[in-house]
Amino acid sequence: NRNERRRIGRGKLRLQKWYVALSDTQKKKISREVIQMVLARKPKMCSFLEWRDLKIVYKRYASLYFCCAVEDQENELITLEIIHRYVELLDKYFGSVCELDIIFNFEKAYYILDEFILGGEAQETSKKIVLKAIEQADMLQEEAEAPRSVLEEIGLT
Amino acid sequence: MPAVSKGDGMRGLAVFISDIRNCKSKEAEIKRINKELANIRSKFKGDKALDGYSKKKYVCKLLFIFLLGHDIDFGHMEAVNLLSSNKYTEKQIGYLFISVLVNSNSELIRLINNAIKNDLSSRNPTFMCLALHCIANVGSREMAEAFAGEIPRILVAGDTMDSVKQSAALCLLRLYKTSPDLVLMGEWTSRVVHLLNDQHMGVVTAAISLITCLSQKNPDEFKTCVSLAVSRLSRIVSSASTDLQDYTYYFVPAPWLSCKLLRLLQCYPPPEDGAVKGRLVECLETILNKAQEPPKSKKVQHSNAKNAILFEAIALIIHYDSEPNLLVRACNQLGQFLQHRETNLRYLALESMCTLASSEFSHEAVKTHIETVINALKTERDVSVRQRAADLLYAMCDRSNAKQIVAEMLSYLETADYSIREEMVLKVAILAEKYAVDYSWYVDTILNLIRIAGDYVSEEVWYRVIQIVINRDDVQGYAAKTVFEALQAPACHENMVKVGGYILGEFGNLIAGDPRSSPLVQFNLLHSKFHLCSVPTRALLLSAYIKFINLFPETKTTIQEVLRCDSQIRNSDVELQQRAVEYLKLSSIASTDVLATVLEEMPPFPERESSILAKLKKKKGPGAVSNELEEGKREGGELNGAGERPGDSSSTPSPSADLLGLRSAAPVSAAPPSAGSLLVDVFSEAGPAAPAASVNDDGFLRFVCKNNGVLFENQLLQIGIKSEYRQNLGRMYLFYGNKTSVQFVSFTTTLNVQLKPVDPLVEGGAQVQQVINIECITDFSEAPILNIKFRYGGALQNLSLKLPVTINKFFQPTEMASNDFFQRWKQLSQPQQEAQKIFKANHAMDTEVIKAKLLGLGTALLDKVDPNPENFVCAGVIQTKSQQVGCLLRLEPNAQAQMYRLTLRSSKDTVSKRLCDLLAEQF
Repeated sequence: NRNERRRIGRGKLRLQKWYVALSDTQKKKISREVIQMVLARKPKMCSFLEWRDLKIVYKRYASLYFCCAVEDQENELITLEIIHRYVELLDKYFGSVCELDIIFNFEKAYYILDEFILGGEAQETSKKIVLKAIEQADMLQEEAEAPRSVLEEIGLT
Repeated sequence: MPAVSKGDGMRGLAVFISDIRNCKSKEAEIKRINKELANIRSKFKGDKALDGYSKKKYVCKLLFIFLLGHDIDFGHMEAVNLLSSNKYTEKQIGYLFISVLVNSNSELIRLINNAIKNDLSSRNPTFMCLALHCIANVGSREMAEAFAGEIPRILVAGDTMDSVKQSAALCLLRLYKTSPDLVLMGEWTSRVVHLLNDQHMGVVTAAISLITCLSQKNPDEFKTCVSLAVSRLSRIVSSASTDLQDYTYYFVPAPWLSCKLLRLLQCYPPPEDGAVKGRLVECLETILNKAQEPPKSKKVQHSNAKNAILFEAIALIIHYDSEPNLLVRACNQLGQFLQHRETNLRYLALESMCTLASSEFSHEAVKTHIETVINALKTERDVSVRQRAADLLYAMCDRSNAKQIVAEMLSYLETADYSIREEMVLKVAILAEKYAVDYSWYVDTILNLIRIAGDYVSEEVWYRVIQIVINRDDVQGYAAKTVFEALQAPACHENMVKVGGYILGEFGNLIAGDPRSSPLVQFNLLHSKFHLCSVPTRALLLSAYIKFINLFPETKTTIQEVLRCDSQIRNSDVELQQRAVEYLKLSSIASTDVLATVLEEMPPFPERESSILAKLKKKKGPGAVSNELEEGKREGGELNGAGERPGDSSSTPSPSADLLGLRSAAPVSAAPPSAGSLLVDVFSEAGPAAPAASVNDDGFLRFVCKNNGVLFENQLLQIGIKSEYRQNLGRMYLFYGNKTSVQFVSFTTTLNVQLKPVDPLVEGGAQVQQVINIECITDFSEAPILNIKFRYGGALQNLSLKLPVTINKFFQPTEMASNDFFQRWKQLSQPQQEAQKIFKANHAMDTEVIKAKLLGLGTALLDKVDPNPENFVCAGVIQTKSQQVGCLLRLEPNAQAQMYRLTLRSSKDTVSKRLCDLLAEQF
């Protein structure tokens, strides 16, 4: 029942995913509010925050914060590990992931998320299986794009 | 540019992103984006047909621009075109765009659904998954309509790939959440439940989320899942850490699945089958045992995963609340966590212990941790953890430790965070009252409370201390002495002045014997605070002064002088001026006897539920409005009234009479001779036996949200209703109009409780009136039935009508802010406290009409509380004689689907249910 998950770098939203239907303005407002709250937290504070009728579970990795808003009765610790597993997946895929990877390959970050979590619930918690699915997709992608030359690329930008 | 751009062929996109990142200013960024948008627009509009690759690239750029926070108003068509590409990568970008930027443009939705349909039937698992992901991400009603029938088939089909099954399960879950009416499991139920037995752990993990959600709504249909879940859990719990290969997470076997299994079991009572139950208890014991084993890894992931399962197991143990042994073990385990170095664990342990404290089996065990919890309250650096500690102290408080806990909470209050002070104050006040053995301790506590956190002491708290002092003569002298001492402080809080003014005005005589607190000293002390106080407090002090004149004739001249001075008698505030003038007159004209009668000591307050408890309930959940508000304020008003009619001894303050709430009931023009008037305890009898046959309730539902109108009409008779309600009382006027020109004879009405007869004759064209007084004793769902019999031209007419007296009539609206609302909402999270209905709109979905109806319901319509402005939230308290029931309401319209979701939460399950039933018919 994850309502949203997003990562923030220095107050900037890098990736967001919503599992409930909301208007764009509402999404922006909620994002702002949550970012403010999470950035105000000091290290060593607990990773759970009450917010409206939800709980925010967050974890910081270097300059990136990963947050999930979950319903009240959700298990906080397992949500923290959902975040960690996602970071592991990114890390494994990109090879020590950094903020730039997520910015430049945002579509990949989305695919990985969709393979891992769907509709707010864990779909596949095995790291191997998720990565295999993504790699297979990449294979399909490369096959399709092999014939395209670099010159053509530049011409098209 | 980063070195890694794995599998990515879109160089143009990377260049564009780099450009954006290199922009020095916001303006430059916008300029670059606008340039790109213009470029893409011209490409899309151009004559030359774009190839799939270019389309993909541009759509991807648009997506990036959107994610930066800019609006995108084109490109949807191109994205939809990509869906039908047979190149995976193009399709993928198309789906991503649709998922992120879906637009309920019906034209497009049809095209999108078409593309999805093709992919679902493609038998290509990768394409099927993409399509299912898209449905799950968008989850719109149109998609539910198109695919809710197809997906269960895919989910249970023998030849479906595992990955597709997983997507299908969660996709179905999402659709069920948006449109439960469209997702019909029926024939699939048992096969879905059996997915819990699937060999593939991923399939089980995905399916269990679906099964849990379905079980919550239809527990009976899915109850076979209990034994399957127990055996699955048992297999996981007893497996070695390596057995489950990649599903082992940091040496913990399948933590996600374990948590979900334990969560699913929480939808059900303990298994009835002894063997299943034994196996489950064994699992829970194993989980508790494992917590004691040394960790297999130092990594926080290991302990988090392990403890996630542990907390979920404890939640299940608490849910069952039937295994004393397990409850105590759980409590001990949590006790260890209270001192853990991980803040997260301390937080969760405090939170979880709070629920344990309310179980009779573990209450004592929880109490043993009192020192640790007090220590947490003092030393935790994170306010959210301290808040949990305060909650737990409150929950574990009983007669044996109340003094200690109250003292600790008081001392914590001195430094407490502003955000939690008010709630702390209420908690202290409640504990002090609830567990007061001697009332001097109670008085001390409350006065301390005012001293330490006066700003956060709400009206209810000081009203309550006054009520208690007035009702208990053993504490009055002590209270007068203590409050007198407290007022000596150079700076004391205005609330202290209020309490002081009231108590000294009533009981100052009890300490007047001591020269240190002689009448004049008392008066001077009070008056020294006068000028620093707000108008309401000054008004209260003026009343105290006139009481002084009565209690101590020797203060009369001093006080009269004060009243006479310009700053009082010509005060620009009307209330103050009026009091000064009237009190001055009263003191000079009235004889001592009259004065003594007018200013007689306050009679005891009727004992009822503490208003502060109600207030805390209001803050914490079962909302409740304090009706004592009136009582506290009465003091000034009554005296004021007395002043206007000096010498009229009948105006002695008689507070309890008008507290019954009928004070301002519309003037009852002494009921016409034909009208029966009788206080009918309509609801005290358990379920009045309603005549089963032919009760007319056509009109009934129309009155849920309104009080006046025509209840019934046929060719002969029209019955109109006017009604008014106040707190737990109501009065209903029934008007029987004879529409014919012939008289009705033998006209009788009977309610399925007693009712005084109406005039047996109703003249042609005439109307008779009947008044029914109603008192709500307790909550109810059956409406009273009114039987009407009369003869019209010889023929006997017989009518049975449901009287529109519904539980919501006894609503008192409650205003509250968003935070409060959700906090209370959360407090009412037990499944039985909630009632929910999803229904089709019967009327046009007009916001104003909905608002009017919700207001008519009697609740307060809360603005800007729900993050979604389309939704309506309301709060109110149902007043019955025996209790107050706080109710919260949320109505979520879905204009597209012409559906509503209505959720009611209240502290009483029958109330939630009844309100939900009543209201679901109104929109």
